[in-house]
Amino acid sequence: MQLTVWTYEGPPHIGAMRIANSMQGLHYVLHAPQGDTYADLLFTMIERNNVRPPVTYTTFQARDLGSDTAELFKSSALAAYERFRPEAMIVGASCTAELIQDDPGGLAKALGLDCPVIPLELPAYQKKENWGAAETFYQLVRAFAGTRAPAPGAARPARAAGDRARCNILGPTSLGFRHRDDVTEIQRLLADLKIDVNVVAPQGARPGDLTRLPDADFNVVLYPEVAQNAANWLKRTFGQPFTTTIPIGVTATRDFVKEVCDLAGIDSQTYLASERSRLPWYSRSIDSTYLTGKRVFIFGDATHAMAAARVASIELGFKVVGLGTYSREFARDVRQAAVQYGVEALITDDYLEVEQAVRELHPELVLGTQMERHIAKRLGVPCAVISAPIHVQDFPARYAPQMGFEGANVLFDTWVHPLMMGLEEHLLQMFRDDFEFHDGAGPSHLGGHGGAREAQSGADDIAAEIAATTPAPLATPGSTDTVVLERPAVAAADEVGGWATEAEQELRKIPFFVRGKARRNTERYAADRGIKNITIETLYDAKAHYSR
Amino acid sequence: MTSVLATAKALPKEACASSERPVLRQRGQREVFCGLTGIIWLHRKIQDAFFLVVGSRTCAHLIQSAAGVMIFAEPRFATAILDERDLAGLADANEELDRVVGRLLERRPDIRMLFLVGSCPSEVIKLDLSRAAERLSVQHTPRVRILNYSGSGIETTFTQGEDACLAALVPELPSCESSTPRLLVAGALADIVEDQFGRIFAELGIDDVSFLPPRKSGDLPAVGPGTRVLLAQPFLTDTAARLQERGCEILTAQFPYGVEGTTAWLATAAELWNIPRDRFDEVIAPAAARARKALDAHKFRLSGKRVFFFPDSQLEIPLARFLHEELGMFPVEVGTPYLNRQQMALDLDKLPSETLVSEGQDVERQLDRCREAKPDLIVCGLGLANPLEAEGFTTKWSIELLFTPVQGFEQAGDLAELFTRPLLRRTRLEV
Ligand code: SF4
Ligand code: SF4
Repeated sequence: MQLTVWTYEGPPHIGAMRIANSMQGLHYVLHAPQGDTYADLLFTMIERNNVRPPVTYTTFQARDLGSDTAELFKSSALAAYERFRPEAMIVGASCTAELIQDDPGGLAKALGLDCPVIPLELPAYQKKENWGAAETFYQLVRAFAGTRAPAPGAARPARAAGDRARCNILGPTSLGFRHRDDVTEIQRLLADLKIDVNVVAPQGARPGDLTRLPDADFNVVLYPEVAQNAANWLKRTFGQPFTTTIPIGVTATRDFVKEVCDLAGIDSQTYLASERSRLPWYSRSIDSTYLTGKRVFIFGDATHAMAAARVASIELGFKVVGLGTYSREFARDVRQAAVQYGVEALITDDYLEVEQAVRELHPELVLGTQMERHIAKRLGVPCAVISAPIHVQDFPARYAPQMGFEGANVLFDTWVHPLMMGLEEHLLQMFRDDFEFHDGAGPSHLGGHGGAREAQSGADDIAAEIAATTPAPLATPGSTDTVVLERPAVAAADEVGGWATEAEQELRKIPFFVRGKARRNTERYAADRGIKNITIETLYDAKAHYSR
Repeated sequence: MTSVLATAKALPKEACASSERPVLRQRGQREVFCGLTGIIWLHRKIQDAFFLVVGSRTCAHLIQSAAGVMIFAEPRFATAILDERDLAGLADANEELDRVVGRLLERRPDIRMLFLVGSCPSEVIKLDLSRAAERLSVQHTPRVRILNYSGSGIETTFTQGEDACLAALVPELPSCESSTPRLLVAGALADIVEDQFGRIFAELGIDDVSFLPPRKSGDLPAVGPGTRVLLAQPFLTDTAARLQERGCEILTAQFPYGVEGTTAWLATAAELWNIPRDRFDEVIAPAAARARKALDAHKFRLSGKRVFFFPDSQLEIPLARFLHEELGMFPVEVGTPYLNRQQMALDLDKLPSETLVSEGQDVERQLDRCREAKPDLIVCGLGLANPLEAEGFTTKWSIELLFTPVQGFEQAGDLAELFTRPLLRRTRLEV
């Protein structure tokens, strides 16, 4: 039993729904109680889909239990088939139906429907959403491409001379972080390289298209969380190699181009010589000097977190102070990546643990999911979203890929924007006593006083929560089922020691945008040492202690 | 419209269970939330209560998704997610639950009342939460009261979760054997609405008024033979039954939406307290006049428009009454997850006889009817709204009607505005 407040991933059948919703001509019959229909809103509200997801729920009730839930499944499956006439169906159970063991696969088979029916076994009490998506995609690929499996050991026929190389793009799904635009960007890149795209799947594919997967020379795996299992099987079965570089950031995109060209047997140099990304120059331009060594905390799915760490460290010159993921399936990869940055990977699906880590590491920028956005907002730290789970804001109207050279431009803008501009930082300090540069005036790029107000309202949230939870003890760090916030340092410090008047005045001379941090650091420093009264001395001792 | 009605009339006899008004009952996919959803507003209402769902990852995901904007201030709810080990043996599951509750309470000393909320998985594996609540209460008394109810999707739809929660509170209410009449308003209302009603009752001279649920778990109202219960929400079947068992009298009233609904609702109490009608009119006059004025501003936009309700929050019938009687709209179909004829009687009577009332759902066939009826406005759940908009319909998400204060005179205009806004928006957009 795990105590959970917010979850990074839904149950595995949500992963299956994402695959069903990505494809055309596929219908999912899910044995589930009525409340589980909430999942429709993920697609229609968050992703703003203009049609309902292709899912039929049996919505069994207590009175059906023990009598005719199996009958209900059959009639639902039949009605769904007759109404939607899908090319193929997937059938399975949600967490509750798993317990009543009706065997949707067997029941659907008994109906003898005139379309392929693929049964899904998604253990709801062990696995989660991304695993469910990967398993569903793998089962579909096996079912449709499996019919074409050559005899074991048969050599893969060579591509005819003069034919252009062909690849599949595997992994983009509904509810994926910027998958829509990534696919466009990568398709453009492949077109420029004169590599043909055979099938994109699951996004936009029909079940029949999966049968054509073996026609490609290799697979481009964009999102291993979804496509790795299928790619492994295609390699084993058809000898199709797959890419391992995720083209997020300039350097990774260059590596990806090389990898793809190697697989296609073509030259990559000409293309790379004409590469057009603004990131390298923007990052070298003098204004970006202030980005140097900015402490960044990164958390997300494994693919996006690892890619973000690379970009942050070697393309923007940040210092990665924390790296983690909720994708346990890829924990090993993330641990390895973390070693390069000299940090220990945080592998958890408990957002309170992530919050704890952010508090302890004092980053200047957080790159994370919507959960980390809220954590960062509360702590007054700038943040950009890099990964699912997502929010309606993560489906922007504009073109905003994360991948490829255009994606790198997007990363530069979205990660640097929340930070204070370099020159502006000096100007603000220089004019800090000018009435127009008073403390309340946030940076103009955050929309009027937005920045200041956001930090302020974050503080209010905390204050309100303290009021509601007083007297709350300090949380035990690292505990898996902590459900109480650690009391913010501000409150804790009241007990340890107050600020001497001169120290408080000195603190006001520190520019407002770093003052909060200076205050927190000093209080933490004082608290750690049991200092009762914070003096100017303490302030500068703390500054020296925390300066890098 | 005629053909929708034709559908209803062509129903086989057994589908029309009632003599008075035909009610369409179809079985198929239901597109409604389960009772867990109520936690989203209940945990804000009872300020020292914590809701612990004992369920699956799906349950946790439902609450998170239905809350829409995640309320990231530390919420007073959480899910104890069952895993394989818990399924393997109930003894272990109970032990695990005790451990989780122990740690939770240790860390949240501010919590005075804990609800263990059952889900489909906990019910299917027959994890007995009422026994768990008893066992844990002994351990944690007197600091925390531990209660339980079911919010499972196999037992409850959407707002029935609140009904189950309040019903679980009833046995906890202190007794009052006095037969002097006292008023109990049942059903969670926004604090602001509660205070408005409180002031009106005081002015009418009804002094002994309490509300269920209370804002603090320690302020549980006493009940007994003198208690007259006015239901503020149309989904409290079990709560009403439990209160009746405690000797309370349940009043049948219209629900307090709009001017007419609110007037009738307040009048039900006033009559019982023998308050002269002219005194009553005098007290409500200023607020009623304000409300009427506010409604007038919306009437011209809504009057004559046809509205279709998908079943969702159980508010459908009284809201259809409001839109019809007070704003001149025509309800084509009013779907409701289940029909409590007795509680709905007065609102139901005021619906036009041509209106098709449907109970339960086969969402696909209901969508067919809706498309055929081409209403001007559709009130539906979050999952259906955008696809219907994309088909060219104008929709109003029903969940907003629960999260927004809409009862009483001062909110009548806001309530009308919730229906006007989508229509107005359509007329503004040129893209
Ligand atoms: S319907 Fe049942 S399983 Fe689904 S979220 Fe509700 S309680 Fe949980
Ligand atoms: S717009 Fe103004 S505030 Fe924003 S980054 Fe540019 S200089 Fe700074």
